[in-house]
Amino acid sequence: MAINTDKNSYTIIFAIGMVIIVGTLLAAIDSSLKDKIKTNKILEKQQNILYAIGINNNEGNSVSFVSTDQAPSLFDEYIVSQIYIQGNKIIEDNEAYLIEVKKEKALAKDPTYDRRLPLFIADRDGVRYYVAPIRGKGLWDAIWAYIAMDENMMILGAYFDHKAETPGLGANINQRFFMDDFIGEKLLDENENFKGIKVSKTNLDPRNEIKDDHEVDAIAGSTITGDGVSAMIKSDLRLYIPYFKKLKQN
Amino acid sequence: MGLLSKRDSKLILDPLSDNNPITIQVLGICSALAITAELEASVVMSIAVLFVMGVGNVVISLIRNIVPSRIKIIVQLIVIATLVIIVDLVLKAYAYELSKTLSVFVGLIITNCIIMGRFEAFALANGLWRSFLDGIGNAFGYAVILVIVGFFRELLGAGTLWGYPVFGDAIDKTGLYAWGYENNGFMLLSPMALIVVGIIIWIQRSKSTHLIED
Repeated sequence: MAINTDKNSYTIIFAIGMVIIVGTLLAAIDSSLKDKIKTNKILEKQQNILYAIGINNNEGNSVSFVSTDQAPSLFDEYIVSQIYIQGNKIIEDNEAYLIEVKKEKALAKDPTYDRRLPLFIADRDGVRYYVAPIRGKGLWDAIWAYIAMDENMMILGAYFDHKAETPGLGANINQRFFMDDFIGEKLLDENENFKGIKVSKTNLDPRNEIKDDHEVDAIAGSTITGDGVSAMIKSDLRLYIPYFKKLKQN
Repeated sequence: MGLLSKRDSKLILDPLSDNNPITIQVLGICSALAITAELEASVVMSIAVLFVMGVGNVVISLIRNIVPSRIKIIVQLIVIATLVIIVDLVLKAYAYELSKTLSVFVGLIITNCIIMGRFEAFALANGLWRSFLDGIGNAFGYAVILVIVGFFRELLGAGTLWGYPVFGDAIDKTGLYAWGYENNGFMLLSPMALIVVGIIIWIQRSKSTHLIED
């Protein structure tokens, strides 16, 4: 017997049934995979931070992280301390890397809340690295980065990533030809004022050999992603200035 | 082909030429413009669509007799979205690196009109096996155009293929660039994808004149 699929009651029952089945299915899959996904995200953070201080498996021009098996032990080995800055206080916290910049940014909309600013301090080959996580907006969705600096806020390494930038265009901010340009650029000008680094379409320095112009070469066809990178550096890294000023005084 | 009857093999082969989803049915143009700046992205998107269309067509064909016709579009959307989200979650748990590469494409797949188009035009009226073949066939037809467009856009726009420089180094002026050749940055922007698709349509129609409508 064929079912009369045009009846109102049938349509409604079908819709309810479908929602229940699909909802249960997705909820079951999501909750059973939740822990694994969380672990993967934590490992990724460690890999990203290690990448910024130059601990990676890069070969040629490709970006390659240390393996997920090695990441936790290398992270413990190189990161000498993790802190977060909240207002005037500097607090040591061995899990500061789990602070979500996205959440802190949302909370900071409330003017009475002092945003927690994580900073990871690493020693590698006698050089001290200060790694700051930053976050901003690209063309379609979030972009973020881990920027490793020295005590003068000169960039020693950078890892950029994105959620949904255009493949082949803005998505290339996580490629070496873009990220490596930041190395050696200075965030402060000669008078120690914060200048930031601009992703520029007109700097005429494609190899990025001039390191004191506060500019890196933009990617063709991804103006808005590039502007997002400039804006994210300006708005987020600026917040770390008081910490670095204090560091110099001591 | 011994495995497939003549009628079935037509389902696979037609979308590759005379019934191509992009150039003839004009479906899936949005994603063809969005992600073809590089060959690699084109291939990744093609594989993802191949999977979703094959499985999606089968699921829709399975439930074709019980779907109320008034909400069939909603049902189709839910089937695609559920499939894509399940794949995304599983990849995030077991193949995290791959899932990061694909995350950009998730939204593009859910809204890809080829998938909706084939559900509506074929899977709702045909059996399992034929729907599966139709899904695979159309996904291949889509992939062929994507790869051709991606090939030319990356080659002429960035002078690379799959990320490897083929014309020499544009900045150091080696290889072809030493002769004064320049990359055409305009190729990287979406309008040129439309123009490349247009050229493909032109070539195809001038070769098979029976496709030209009056």
